Amino acid sequence: MSNAMKKEMATPQTAKNILAIENLDKSFGSVKILKDINVAIEPGDFLVLVGPSGCGKSTLLNCIAGLESSTNGDIRIGGRSMTGVSPKDRDIAMVFQSYALYPTMTVGKNITFGMKVRGVAEQEQQRKLDEVAKLLQIDHLLNRKPSQLSGGQRQRVAMGRALVRDPQLFLFDEPLSNLDAKLRVEMRTEIKRLHQTLGASIVYVTHDQIEAMTLATKIVVMKDGVIQQAGTPNEIYNQPANMFVADFMGSPSMNLIPASAEKQGDATKISITRPDMEDIVLDFDREIEGLKSGKKSVILGLRPENITDSTNQHITKGQIADCRVDVVEPAGSDTFVVTNLAGKQVTARLNADATIIAGETASFAFDLSKASVFEPETGARIA
Amino acid sequence: MTDHSMNDHQLDERANRNRLMKRIALRLGLYTLLILFALYYLMPLFVMVVTSLKSLDEIRTGSLLSLPREIDFSSWGKAWSGACTGIQCNGLQPYFWNSVLLSIPAVAISTLLGAINGYVLAQWRFKGSNILFALMLFGCFIPFQVVLLPMAITLGALKIAGTIPGLMLVHIVYGIGFTTLFFRNFYVTIPQELVKAAKVDGAGFFRIFFSIFLPVSPPIIVVTVIWQFTQIWNDFLFGVSFSQAGTQPITVALNNIVNATTGVKEYNVDMAAAIIAALPTLLVYVVAGKYFIRGLTAGSVKG
Repeated sequence: MSNAMKKEMATPQTAKNILAIENLDKSFGSVKILKDINVAIEPGDFLVLVGPSGCGKSTLLNCIAGLESSTNGDIRIGGRSMTGVSPKDRDIAMVFQSYALYPTMTVGKNITFGMKVRGVAEQEQQRKLDEVAKLLQIDHLLNRKPSQLSGGQRQRVAMGRALVRDPQLFLFDEPLSNLDAKLRVEMRTEIKRLHQTLGASIVYVTHDQIEAMTLATKIVVMKDGVIQQAGTPNEIYNQPANMFVADFMGSPSMNLIPASAEKQGDATKISITRPDMEDIVLDFDREIEGLKSGKKSVILGLRPENITDSTNQHITKGQIADCRVDVVEPAGSDTFVVTNLAGKQVTARLNADATIIAGETASFAFDLSKASVFEPETGARIA
Repeated sequence: MTDHSMNDHQLDERANRNRLMKRIALRLGLYTLLILFALYYLMPLFVMVVTSLKSLDEIRTGSLLSLPREIDFSSWGKAWSGACTGIQCNGLQPYFWNSVLLSIPAVAISTLLGAINGYVLAQWRFKGSNILFALMLFGCFIPFQVVLLPMAITLGALKIAGTIPGLMLVHIVYGIGFTTLFFRNFYVTIPQELVKAAKVDGAGFFRIFFSIFLPVSPPIIVVTVIWQFTQIWNDFLFGVSFSQAGTQPITVALNNIVNATTGVKEYNVDMAAAIIAALPTLLVYVVAGKYFIRGLTAGSVKG
């Protein structure tokens, strides 16, 4: 990448936010697809929109690109309101899930098509093409047609087409979901590296929570057209705003265990009933919203890594309890153990060399310092 | 033990042989049947060609299926430039050129319009576009006879009744339904993201059509051209209804040659004329036939 290109990208914006979405609504007829969306990112941010299919994340991206119009609200890119601005004038570039390469054009023509349409001089086109081709290591493919490329190569060409535009904002619409698992991980790293070297501002849509965690500087979790939570990957992972986010992010997903919390003087106890064994009672050292005294039924959210081997050296404040082991799943680097608490399957993450046998009883260490507590009815986080 | 297994082995072999024989017999039966049908199907063409090469005398004396004793091309010459259609005796030649003049622009225009229509209906959906498409489809199934009268009035109002452009208009209007259907169904298989990508790149409606969609269209263009050419070249009803002496297409002229002969019926000339009238469509199929099949299946198998 030339210095000129780098400088263009590093130019400070007049407004602090490179992208600001305010009170955005989108309906198709009477169906509300997006409800009151508010998002803002700063230059250099990598925003990932994540959620299950049909949550409206791709629609939101299309609204940002100007490929769909919003019903209400405003989108600003680089401080400029985008109402009535066509996609080509928004200073964006987009990478699509199906790559959307022009099938009859060579790779080179694909990458320069946009510049040709905008009337960029031939020499300038060639210069930028060479630059991007070198950056993405596709210089030997420039005369091929898209049909003669592998999936990963097509993906690179699609990115090249976006990079050559040198825009204020990159939009990625599930760019990796058509690749096989191995290539996906490779390209993920590649995208992250590109983001770091270019310092580009990116909005990235995916339904893969691992992609979201690994790539993002900021994550927006969506469901049914509503933002469930926006925050850093760390916030999303460790302090999920509700049970949906807790369940959606992380693999294996967070254990959501029905339990009851009780205030005993200054101390808070959480107890989990079990059908065939005595209750597990655990100390909880934070305040639970709405629990001043007495008892309250709650959902205890515990990540698998917070239920470990009782012999684990690293656990200092784990509280030990015996549980029956239902299933043992060795995964190489860890061993996952499934047990039953309050009638629910609960996964624990143990050391790879843990000696544990299905059907027997073993003692586990519960670390509640990173646990979440949810209101059973609303699913909202209360501690 | 060994005896037993030997027996088993022999039994197996016999069963295998039986199965093989059965398969060969089935194949044989199938091919015989197919060849018979092919012969049956080719018979009329054979009779036409053979008859067109015989002299009138030979036709009168010989059998229908016998090969000509002496090959005689004079009937072809007469059909082309000497046969009488009513009072004029110029053969098929002028009408052949009428048909060419009519078909080529009509095919080209209706194909282009169909391509643009299909592009809009598949990739630039708007409110009511599906209803519009359904109505256009409906247009494909309206029988010719229904539109004759309104069409005649329209042509009269446009003052192009009885002219080749008038007939051209009729064929274009009637063809748009089919050509739109072909192109729409072809373009529907192209991901909509392609249009989105081109929009982000800054291309407009026609730019996207000419730079991206038209270049991928040859298979469906071939299908549409064959279909339209066959329809327009072979059409008789519109031709006979909306033309007058001098602007008639070849199908109408052929009918006149066959019907207007006075005195001796010149079967050889009639046959030669019929073959001449059918040759262009045959030629189109031979030249573009393999693309036709490819185009028809292009949508079903994603490349």
